[in-house]
Amino acid sequence: MLQVIAFYALATVAVLSAFLVVAARNPVHSVMWLITAFFSSAGLFVLLGAEFLAMLLVVVYVGAVAVLFLFVVMMLDVDFTSLKQGFLSYLPLGGLIALILAGELILVGNAWNAADIAARSEVTATPADMNNVQALGHLIYDEYVYFFQAAGMVLLVAMVGAIVLTLRHRPNVKRQKAHIQVGRDRKTAVELQDIKSGEGIG
Amino acid sequence: MLEIGLAHYLGVAALLFTIGVFGIFVNRKNVIILMMSIELLLLAVNINLVAFSSYLGDLAGQVFAMFVLTVAAAEAAIGLAILVVFFRNRGDIAVEDINMMKG
Repeated sequence: MLQVIAFYALATVAVLSAFLVVAARNPVHSVMWLITAFFSSAGLFVLLGAEFLAMLLVVVYVGAVAVLFLFVVMMLDVDFTSLKQGFLSYLPLGGLIALILAGELILVGNAWNAADIAARSEVTATPADMNNVQALGHLIYDEYVYFFQAAGMVLLVAMVGAIVLTLRHRPNVKRQKAHIQVGRDRKTAVELQDIKSGEGIG
Repeated sequence: MLEIGLAHYLGVAALLFTIGVFGIFVNRKNVIILMMSIELLLLAVNINLVAFSSYLGDLAGQVFAMFVLTVAAAEAAIGLAILVVFFRNRGDIAVEDINMMKG
């Protein structure tokens, strides 16, 4: 019973906050609703017995991606009200397509579900003798190890790409050049001048 | 209604996916909201993968969901980096002007 209540609560929050992501006036509010949507989806994952993915969702999305969005939204000085124009003119077509899409997806989900999958009563994929993280670890490091490495490469390339794109050297900024400082020797640093006594340096 | 089955999770994922597509349609000008909508689409796909994985008793779906998560994170990083560079060059982020990037 509690599970049913939890499912409906989390699902309602997820769908409502997802809608507010696209409908909110202020992009900062959109990011906040996005965080809420991801958080309640993580709750749904816990209900499905996928604890590791739920924690991954919280850490990766709420902790990294959403904060990245927040940084970009707050760093770029954009007039967001002008970007909101055209919302109402696109609304009828978008709403129509959304309704059609939702109807079809839910119809297909229910119709296919009626066939034979509902007969299975097991609610979790995890083997009985280990927990979700253990089982997932065995699967990733045994069968999907090359894909796992490829995922790491994807992240590495994304990181390098983001740095290459955003790094810039401004020409008129003074920087410390350590190699020049260290490479100084006596010849370039010290100059000996003969000063006649009693005259001082002009 | 009182028994939570696969169809319920598929329904939530369908609604989230629909909202993502809707967001792409109505926020044609705001790239940041556009990218958030794409994140919502990927989240819906992930919910589907995990729900099927759970109800079919096959953990491979969760591994796939993890890879989708990886690609989504990489996409967000690169997309936002491109956005920052575009903003530096143009001074705003209007999508209509992005075709000037074709050179």
